[in-house]
Amino acid sequence: MSAAVEFRGVGYRIGGREILQDLSLELAAGETLALLGRSGSGKTTALKMVNGLLRPTSGEVRVEGKSTAAWDPIALKRRIGYVIQEVGLFPHFTVAENVGLAPRLAGWSASRIRERVEELLTQVGLEPRQFAGRYPRELSGGQRQRVGVARALAADPPLLLFDEPFGALDPVTRVEIQRLFVDLRRSLRKSAIFVTHDVREAMVVATRVGLLHQGRLEVLATPKDLPRARGREIEAFLACLSGPLDGEGTA
Amino acid sequence: MSERLAGEILQLSFEHVLLVATAMTIAVGAGVSLGILLTRRASLQRGVLGLANVMQTVPSLALFGFLIPIPLVGGIGRRTAIVALVLYALLPILRNTLTGILGVDAAVRESAVAMGMTGGQLLRQVELPLAARTILAGVRVATVTTIGTATIAASIGGGGLGVFIFRGLASVDAVQILAGAIPAACLALAADGALGWIERKLSPA
Repeated sequence: MSAAVEFRGVGYRIGGREILQDLSLELAAGETLALLGRSGSGKTTALKMVNGLLRPTSGEVRVEGKSTAAWDPIALKRRIGYVIQEVGLFPHFTVAENVGLAPRLAGWSASRIRERVEELLTQVGLEPRQFAGRYPRELSGGQRQRVGVARALAADPPLLLFDEPFGALDPVTRVEIQRLFVDLRRSLRKSAIFVTHDVREAMVVATRVGLLHQGRLEVLATPKDLPRARGREIEAFLACLSGPLDGEGTA
Repeated sequence: MSERLAGEILQLSFEHVLLVATAMTIAVGAGVSLGILLTRRASLQRGVLGLANVMQTVPSLALFGFLIPIPLVGGIGRRTAIVALVLYALLPILRNTLTGILGVDAAVRESAVAMGMTGGQLLRQVELPLAARTILAGVRVATVTTIGTATIAASIGGGGLGVFIFRGLASVDAVQILAGAIPAACLALAADGALGWIERKLSPA
């Protein structure tokens, strides 16, 4: 069986600037890969190449064994769920309409969509009777992101992409929704790529963590092995785990 | 007020409404489609908006005059008047269509594209509904000004309430001028109110 996603020598340059260089890695089916890095490290660029929002300028990205250039762009996007930090819910659609959009585009019947929406809202911890008819502006940030996750799962895509989805949430809500994510990942067995700049989040949500630095993949390890990885950038990230306050008592 | 005058007011008001309605139908069709096209072709935006801006700066009486000698669109009569009114109404509709669509939140557009919406689905299900209020505001402004500008159509034989005004000016007859001006003002207020009501009805997004 071919990998869910495969990067083969992928590069991306724009205006003479190298955003991503020679990225090669494989995502096995059912695996969650966290792409960790600072702002501008190329992690979002790498993510957007998977669903064809961007095209690599060198190398190729293969999804289910087929190059993204060979996929029909619409068909490719419909096989992939996508969640971004700003959520991007449709403000003129209710929660139910937002979640039901992908199934509607795929031509499901109205009754099947309704059932699916109820099931998903329950899964992400939003009581359907209470939330289905609301508009996005009537939700809190955490609730919106839950709807965003439900929307991405709606048409049951085998692959999910997350671009710093929980970055704008307060710390408590963030931990709650990370927990939800891990539960869903275990029960649904989807493949996922999760972009984040938070090393703690990467280690919680992912089965493997890749560290990008200035467009290059510097480390690729399981969360268990990550603390033993060596290199300036990964050590800088790992230092965040202990936090700046830990050393103060001894100083 | 004599019965004849009342009948004539009604008759010319009807003509006026017909003139404005025809011009606005064409202007909305052309303005919205052109506006949508411009959102897809950023390179054309400056040129087309500039041209529409220039149209607006031409004094209306002069524009009617300029059009008369042009073959096909020109000449004396309703057709020339409608062409001139369309040219005037175009800018606010065009500009608001562009602003409305370009104003759609980038994250919303990215989500729509990433969910596998086709270009047409994106336009019909996301961009146009979210831009509707802004577009309608442009249509409202254009309609109100067109109702006023349409009085000048009478100067080139386009008919409408302007007939009273030009007749009144020529014969220094205030009653005739008011017989044209007051119904025109009432029409403008009515159109403004009605379109404003629809605008408010559209769900705020």
